[in-house]
Amino acid sequence: MSKPLPMTALLIAAASLLSACKPAEQPQGAEQSESTDRSEPVELSQSREVNLYSARQESLIKPLLDRFTAETGVKVNLVTGRADALLQRLQSEGDNSPADLLLTVDAGRLHRAVEAGVTQPFDSATLSDVIPASYREPEGHWYGLSFRARPIMYAKDRVQPGELSTYQNLADQNWHNRICIRSSGNIYNQSLVASKLAADGEAVTEAWARGLVQNFARPPAGGDRDQIKAVAAGECDIAVANSYYLAGMLRSDDPEQVTAAQQVAVFWPNQNGRGTHVNVSGIALTRSAKNRDNAIKLVEFLVSPESQAWYAEKNGEYPIRENIPVSDILASWGTFKADAINLSELGKNNAAAVKLMDRAGWQ
Amino acid sequence: MLIMPVAVIVGYSLTSSDGIWSHLASTVLGTYVKNSLWLMAGVAVGTTLLGVTGAWLVAMCEFPGRKIFEWALLLPLAMPAYIIAYTYTGMLDTSGPVQSWLRDIGGWQYGEYWFPAIRSLGGAIIMLSLVLYPYVYLLTRAAFVGQSICVLDVSRTLGSGPWRSFFKVALPLARPAIAAGLALALMETLADYGTVKYYGVSTFTTGIFRTWYGLDSLAGAAQLASVLLGFVILVIVLERLSRRRMRYHATSQRHQAIRRHSLRGRHRVLAVLFCLTTVTLGFLLPAGQLLSWAIQTAAETINPGFFKLIVNSVGLAATAAVLASVLALWFGYQRRTSNTPTVRLAGNLIGMGYAIPGMVIAVGVIIPLAWFDNTLDQWLRTQFNFSTGLLLSGTVVALILAYTVRFLAVALQSVDAGLQKITPAMDEAAQLHGYSNLQTLRRVHIPLLKGSLLTAVLLVFVDVLKELPATLILRPFNFNTLAVRAFELASDERLADSATAALTIVLAGIVPVILLSRSITLSRHERTA
Repeated sequence: MSKPLPMTALLIAAASLLSACKPAEQPQGAEQSESTDRSEPVELSQSREVNLYSARQESLIKPLLDRFTAETGVKVNLVTGRADALLQRLQSEGDNSPADLLLTVDAGRLHRAVEAGVTQPFDSATLSDVIPASYREPEGHWYGLSFRARPIMYAKDRVQPGELSTYQNLADQNWHNRICIRSSGNIYNQSLVASKLAADGEAVTEAWARGLVQNFARPPAGGDRDQIKAVAAGECDIAVANSYYLAGMLRSDDPEQVTAAQQVAVFWPNQNGRGTHVNVSGIALTRSAKNRDNAIKLVEFLVSPESQAWYAEKNGEYPIRENIPVSDILASWGTFKADAINLSELGKNNAAAVKLMDRAGWQ
Repeated sequence: MLIMPVAVIVGYSLTSSDGIWSHLASTVLGTYVKNSLWLMAGVAVGTTLLGVTGAWLVAMCEFPGRKIFEWALLLPLAMPAYIIAYTYTGMLDTSGPVQSWLRDIGGWQYGEYWFPAIRSLGGAIIMLSLVLYPYVYLLTRAAFVGQSICVLDVSRTLGSGPWRSFFKVALPLARPAIAAGLALALMETLADYGTVKYYGVSTFTTGIFRTWYGLDSLAGAAQLASVLLGFVILVIVLERLSRRRMRYHATSQRHQAIRRHSLRGRHRVLAVLFCLTTVTLGFLLPAGQLLSWAIQTAAETINPGFFKLIVNSVGLAATAAVLASVLALWFGYQRRTSNTPTVRLAGNLIGMGYAIPGMVIAVGVIIPLAWFDNTLDQWLRTQFNFSTGLLLSGTVVALILAYTVRFLAVALQSVDAGLQKITPAMDEAAQLHGYSNLQTLRRVHIPLLKGSLLTAVLLVFVDVLKELPATLILRPFNFNTLAVRAFELASDERLADSATAALTIVLAGIVPVILLSRSITLSRHERTA
């Protein structure tokens, strides 16, 4: 009775069942011997997918994922959300979590994920070759995918670049009532202060933060683009903002944003010292990863020259890989020395930085 | 099941938070409390003024355009608070068109002229009042419309003028409705994160997230959330106590058609101006701005995937709305028939979800669901060597649960308001007829409650449509909604790109809002007919 056709159908049904209800994970040895019998259908169902929790929003990552699927045939399933909430979800789901990868837009959260024990280290010659050591976790728990700088932006008509020097200098009385920066609830400011904490220690950093708050032209509100717009409108003379926001404004369809962005220029602080503060978007392999091979393949794809060029062009970010041309706008700001601090330090110092800003009255 | 997320938060708050409180108390806690209280006070005044005035004018007075304003005054309900905040800021900020234009015509520089800062506590109060007053308007208007006109007639016969009748009779009689509307508006104010964060106002809620994200202390955040919860319970209990001895049932179900007081001259102009300004500021202006942005970007934003968003949003909203309303009816009815302390407490706790920020509710859903999934999985593995993986986590079930917990209060308030107006004499009569509780519910209460139930369904529908933080974190893979799309683009400071999704939320919300208004008007006609 059993003809070949129903047999195949049965196999397919079994395969799909297996993919839905995976066999219980036994201790390593047992699992090995057991899974060999059915390795084929399992492999088949596993090799088609990879699951990604992403703190980077969909429109800034989906085009790359689609390209990955087109090239490899591996489907990428995506949930986006706030990093802390995704991390909480990952933690609660535990070993059953479907997520294979966690992508965040700052190193602090990656550090937190490592601390929470939801990641696992992995080696990849491709990755260690192209990603500079300060932009990846030493054991391979996470890898940077792109980086962004947080320079000073000044009004071309009211500030001479010669007046600017370091982040420390922003606390100088000379800048009284002239600085716009967003609230301390924002992770970019928390990381900036965390990097200063690591470099200068608590006492110096707290005194600096107090001085900086004294120089605010207005109570912090809005996002980075709003600070840049406020400089253009004359509400303040300098702002501290992430590089890609200015790039985004310059390329905007909205003529007002372009006009505003054209009135400000970029200054790279701390060029004679530790360098300008930078942060990364990065990715970690979860402890529960069921599609490990595909996951690593995706990470490698994200640092391929093609993907890196896309990041640089489309998102206005700096490629993590060297020798990738940056966009014309980024090129026009020149090259700069980036702070070489290992970015895990930002995560370690984050809570201390927030408390310090609370004490300094930085809203 | 429904108390669980709240219980998880309270439970979490019992874990240690390593001296977070002493840090908070010595630095920012005072500011959080002060700002939250001011915000609540401001929104209370704003929503009451707009809501009660609007309701009275539309229900009791006659003036040109009244029939249009009847539903138009509800439109801001469809506008998510963070979206109205984004649009007004776009217009009124230092670099926006209004101030740029002022600088151009006046030849001024920044600082040489005075302009109120839109991103401030005052700005946040105005934004929230503009979109939250419809709750007060909706429930108060239903109360005015439902009030026995005889009572007002008696007061007028006894020589009170229209103003005196309003303040001495109609307003006190509408108090449960006003309180219910206000409670909803204020709970939403407390739970608001998007608006206050964008405006740089540090409130208790921004403090919760700062403690969680910035200080990496979920325990500390849960403790703050529990304090918030305690505060809300306290206020609601106080309000209930203060009207404990009063009863608001109408003794008669006989109504006559309302003879609307025809406004003349100055009053007439003022009435029209009031309604027109409210609708313009709360809806027409921001919607117009959204429309102009949406037209700019429509070519890119409208694609096949966009329709999927609409289907997802509407599907979720409809499911949650029906579920929440059925549950609300059941709870409300339990409370009516067996008024034991346990039932009262359960009812109060269940209604609390509304004051808790969506993201906190989401955590309260994630933790127990994942625990359930993992425990079941573990058990099945040891017993049958069979794994279910995560059964409920990361599915639509998690989303629906979160919405129900968060918005049950909305449904409960309108069902309760409806039940309160049904005099217990009806229940007693039904019992004398030999009806069981269930029969009474089916044959007596549900027909009388039809309007309130519809209100509950539609309010929850609109709320779910606008909901963001819980949706963001609980949704399954590759599943987006309109609110998620609008927020992602807006948070990347791409307001124009986010406008199509935002406008669609508003449009999808308008249909139920108009239905809602019709149902209230019709309920009046039915009973007078």
